[in-house]
Amino acid sequence: MKYLDEFRDSELARSLLAEIREMTTRPWALMEVCGGQTHSIIRNGLDQLLPEKIELIHGPGCPVCVTPLALIDQALAIASRENVIFCSFGDMLRVPGSEKDLFRVKSEGGDVRVVYSPLDAVQLARQNPGREVVFFGIGFETTAPANAMAVKLAKQLGLKNFSMLVSHVLVPPAIAAIMTSPGNRVQAFLAAGHVCSVMGYWQYPPVAERYRVPIVITGFEPLDLLDGIRRTVAQLEAGKHFVENAYERAVTEVGNVAAQRVLAEVFEETDRAWRGIGVIPLSGWRLRPEYRAFDAAHRFDVSGIRTEESRDCHAGEVLQGRMKPNECPSFGTKCTPRKPLGATMVSSEGACAAYYNYGRFVALAATR
Amino acid sequence: MAKNFEGLALESPNFEGWSCPLPLRDYPYIVIGHGGGGKLSSELVEHLFLPAFRNAALENLSDSSVIEVPAGRLAFSTDSFVVQPLFFPGGSIGDLAVNGTVNDLAMSGAKPLYLSAGFILEEGLSLSTLAGIVDRMASAARRAGVAIVTGDTKVVEKGHGDGVYINTAGIGVIPAGIDIGPSKAQPGDAVILSGTVGDHGMAVMSVREGLQFETVIESDCAPLHGLVAEILAAGEVHALRDPTRGGVASTLNEIAAASAVGVLLEDSRIPVLPDVQSACDLLGMDPIYVANEGKLIAIVAASSAGAVLAAMRRHPLGQRAERIGEVTANHPGLVVTRTAIGGTRVIPMQLGEPLPRIC
Repeated sequence: MKYLDEFRDSELARSLLAEIREMTTRPWALMEVCGGQTHSIIRNGLDQLLPEKIELIHGPGCPVCVTPLALIDQALAIASRENVIFCSFGDMLRVPGSEKDLFRVKSEGGDVRVVYSPLDAVQLARQNPGREVVFFGIGFETTAPANAMAVKLAKQLGLKNFSMLVSHVLVPPAIAAIMTSPGNRVQAFLAAGHVCSVMGYWQYPPVAERYRVPIVITGFEPLDLLDGIRRTVAQLEAGKHFVENAYERAVTEVGNVAAQRVLAEVFEETDRAWRGIGVIPLSGWRLRPEYRAFDAAHRFDVSGIRTEESRDCHAGEVLQGRMKPNECPSFGTKCTPRKPLGATMVSSEGACAAYYNYGRFVALAATR
Repeated sequence: MAKNFEGLALESPNFEGWSCPLPLRDYPYIVIGHGGGGKLSSELVEHLFLPAFRNAALENLSDSSVIEVPAGRLAFSTDSFVVQPLFFPGGSIGDLAVNGTVNDLAMSGAKPLYLSAGFILEEGLSLSTLAGIVDRMASAARRAGVAIVTGDTKVVEKGHGDGVYINTAGIGVIPAGIDIGPSKAQPGDAVILSGTVGDHGMAVMSVREGLQFETVIESDCAPLHGLVAEILAAGEVHALRDPTRGGVASTLNEIAAASAVGVLLEDSRIPVLPDVQSACDLLGMDPIYVANEGKLIAIVAASSAGAVLAAMRRHPLGQRAERIGEVTANHPGLVVTRTAIGGTRVIPMQLGEPLPRIC
């Protein structure tokens, strides 16, 4: 794919890095919102190439990380039922509930399947009319349109055996929650490019104005990220705070209007618990009442399952940038990628898992 | 859910050199009796396995085969194959069953000689599918120069298997003077990779999960002992491994742990086919964690690196060989890579299967 190579060019990366180094005079704390950005930063080693004064705080934009324990337990309860085909994106399978994960449910005889699109789950429901097909509908505004389409399609097809366990979360309320949280250290945001390709960025100028914080819509390739960081630092250094689009090839101000229409038709805003953070008002989507028949939590009556998070897990403070993963007392002892307490240690995008792997690497850093 | 095994076969089985198993026509599908040791079992052996694998040791049809081996050290290995689908672009479970064990033997520096083959068949598997698989095994064995000298067949009830599982074990002889192993890597050694990574894993994934890519990615499944012989002749080799499940990342982590050394890679030197890279980008996977079935990693003394690399590139299975990094005394047990834009990152051991990411 030619168009990707262009955004991985090492020469251009070096010149952007030089520019960032030159313009940085003070310490700045930037948050990249999306887990995909965190992944790309770690994968390309960007964090080590930036000037020391620039700190990247890994934000709460990893859907695997912020899905609350109670919802995972609900999913496990549904997936364990006879006659259910439980469909999920791959990386949710390893996320621990309070006692087990979906892999374990599968080994115990549950019919758990990895799908690549919720529409595949709708297809499974058509092919298996005698069985209940449930899709685990999590994620941000990026995965939501396909999920909305799947529910809409199931309704059009009159499917009685398809439902979705929905726990969608939204970026703008999370940004507001971070800015108002006591002890917040975030001074600017690299907004999540793919969320904005769906939703546009018309929601952000009031946020930037209200909290006096630069917001730069940023992509995922190394050059995208460096350009986003460069523009963010330029604003901070100049004492400015406005919304900038550094991901023009994918994002427009209005976003994908057709997708937004379907979203509004199928989902409505609701308060949502974020794992490790707590409830953020109006920060999620749930199915509208007219789609209630497709709500798996309702159909399988699991909404009573409420689970407490581990007290030893400080994922919330990590996700808000108030604690570094290695400052957590459980880090690397009670909590490792093999036995994670919180989801930030589970996902390959999770801040704690990234630190766990990076922290062991101090020996090399010292020799450089 | 009932499975249609024909439906899983992507390309029509190749019956090259396969004689018509006339008596088998009464039962076009595997039934429990094919594993019962009676007439049906012996017909399966006589009309399907024997004609395909024919060799003197096998023809005895005794409880065990008696084989000749030269004096010296032997390599002995076993592996089981459970891949779905049974046929995929560039190969089949039959090709894997032969090449997988041949390659495991070759990584000890051995010349593979003999294989065993155990088949667990699921009731309902069509004989033409089985014949296609056996035919692919036979041609893979011919290509690798090994004889399948003993075998076994069991049948399990429908729903208790994925059509067919195959176990192969193999014996090879190690030439005098060869002493290599994953614990013998030394600081300063060069890390050489024989070609592009991730081809096999993405070939299987592209057909398994109903993912439809515009181009066909083919498995790299191939026997590597010929390439190994060239490598061993070219210089001072310390370790050889074939990076199958878990990919290059897991194999190098194992070497780093076994030899108590660090490995430092250059990301940009790891060859990846553009189609494989695109498929990995789409699924949020990293090609260095994806399985290969026809690639190897050679850890060689730095002074031999040039000669070994040249020898590999002369061999058809090593044309895209690259020196991808070095063994270091720093960070023992860790594999670290320098990224294309100049950063570094640790490549950890993977916990389980690679999972497609949500976003």
